[in-house]
Amino acid sequence: MGCAASTEPGFDPARAYELHPDVALRPEPFGALAYHYGNRRLTFLRSHELVQLVSELGAHDSAAASMTALGVPSERRQVLERALSSLVASDVVRRRPAGAIRAG
Amino acid sequence: MPAERLADELARGLDAPICLTWEFTYGCNLSCVHCLSSSGLRDPEELSTAEATGLIDELSEMQVFYVNIGGGEPTLRPDFTELVSYAVSRQVGVKFSTNGTTMTPARARCFAAMDYVDIQISLDGASPASNDPVRGEGTYAAAVVAMERLAEAGFGRFKVSVVVTRRNAGELDEMLALAVRFGAELRVTRLRPSGRGALVWNELRPTADQLRDVHAFLTRHGEVLTGDSFFHLGPLGDQPLAGLNLCGAGRVVCLIDPVGDVYACPFVMHPEFKAGSVRESGGFSAVWRASELFSGLRQPATGGACNACGSFGACHGGCMAAKFFTGLPLDGPDPECVLGHGERALAAAGGRGVAAGLSPGHAKPGRPVPVAFGGRRLARAR
Repeated sequence: MGCAASTEPGFDPARAYELHPDVALRPEPFGALAYHYGNRRLTFLRSHELVQLVSELGAHDSAAASMTALGVPSERRQVLERALSSLVASDVVRRRPAGAIRAG
Repeated sequence: MPAERLADELARGLDAPICLTWEFTYGCNLSCVHCLSSSGLRDPEELSTAEATGLIDELSEMQVFYVNIGGGEPTLRPDFTELVSYAVSRQVGVKFSTNGTTMTPARARCFAAMDYVDIQISLDGASPASNDPVRGEGTYAAAVVAMERLAEAGFGRFKVSVVVTRRNAGELDEMLALAVRFGAELRVTRLRPSGRGALVWNELRPTADQLRDVHAFLTRHGEVLTGDSFFHLGPLGDQPLAGLNLCGAGRVVCLIDPVGDVYACPFVMHPEFKAGSVRESGGFSAVWRASELFSGLRQPATGGACNACGSFGACHGGCMAAKFFTGLPLDGPDPECVLGHGERALAAAGGRGVAAGLSPGHAKPGRPVPVAFGGRRLARAR
């Protein structure tokens, strides 16, 4: 337990994010289940596109760059940003410390 | 996206359960009158330590994130702590239910030191006067001592788990205050006519007025946990209660009993709802993914007699187990339907279900043995 609460007020696609290290993703027909071992909360990721994006966040300098890398069309971005914003609020996704890019 | 669609997706089943209950043993030092698993004596065929660790390996591979461990009294298994530690080491979190009688200060400290372990202390009243007739003499005091020990050990937010009955429905505020006093959360669940619960259901089930009060209490206290067990009360409010509000049996939920038999949910330990055994060659995953019973449960449900009612979308027909054990058709109303359809159906069924009773299960000798109903024995199938 004892995961620090995010001090960031909201989600900003220009910033760098990552899947919270205490969160495991389990693939499901509708997308994935995310389980947070710290707060024991279960979250439903309800599209494969979102699952892919969340998995990729750690490898790019910003959430927007992750979407670009995945070839997300501009009309889909707003929906995905809203989804990421709620995942940040539930601590499934968190701000990445500056400079840290996950290997692989 | 609309919540209804998520429920539809979940109703088609998941690759692994979200909420898996694993009864560790039929052995229990108490004989609660409403025990879902009719527990008392250990079954000689219960899973060995090696089988249990093998099952944990399989659950870990399936990414079952946590299991709810119950019984019987699970802490009576000599390998209890070993199995819990092993599960946690395999990233399978554990929440276990206990009557608290085995919670020594040392054990409380041991559990407090473990990550991913959560504890539910069972308590069915805000005083010995309401609790002890249901759970046994001295059980209120024992549960409170266990809570004190967990609090002293710095365990953090454990849970106080209450089955709502006619005797304690008026005490929910007091129970909540009691839980809060120990830094715990309150969890309330529905009394089911399952196991020995069938024998006391008529006498102990909350009245219609009490069910309205329970609904109001849950609406007022969104922080109170319910294990999704009150979705049949949905039509009492404008908004659904917190939770998925669907019958998850065989879809997102299942039960593994002490001998490794897999049932659709913790409330239907009956041959008709047995999907298979973890001892079969394909193990638990084959039962979960391919059993005929679970495949059937994942087919779209029809509302049956409930289709004529405008509230089906709010209650989804209620609890399968409650219907089954009261002798009602599974595609009709819940016996506690808040619109009164259940009472009428029960009257029409002529009490075929509940009063007719059960096998003794694993109860200790000397307890009354009720007769079987509908020509079916409710004994666990081998």
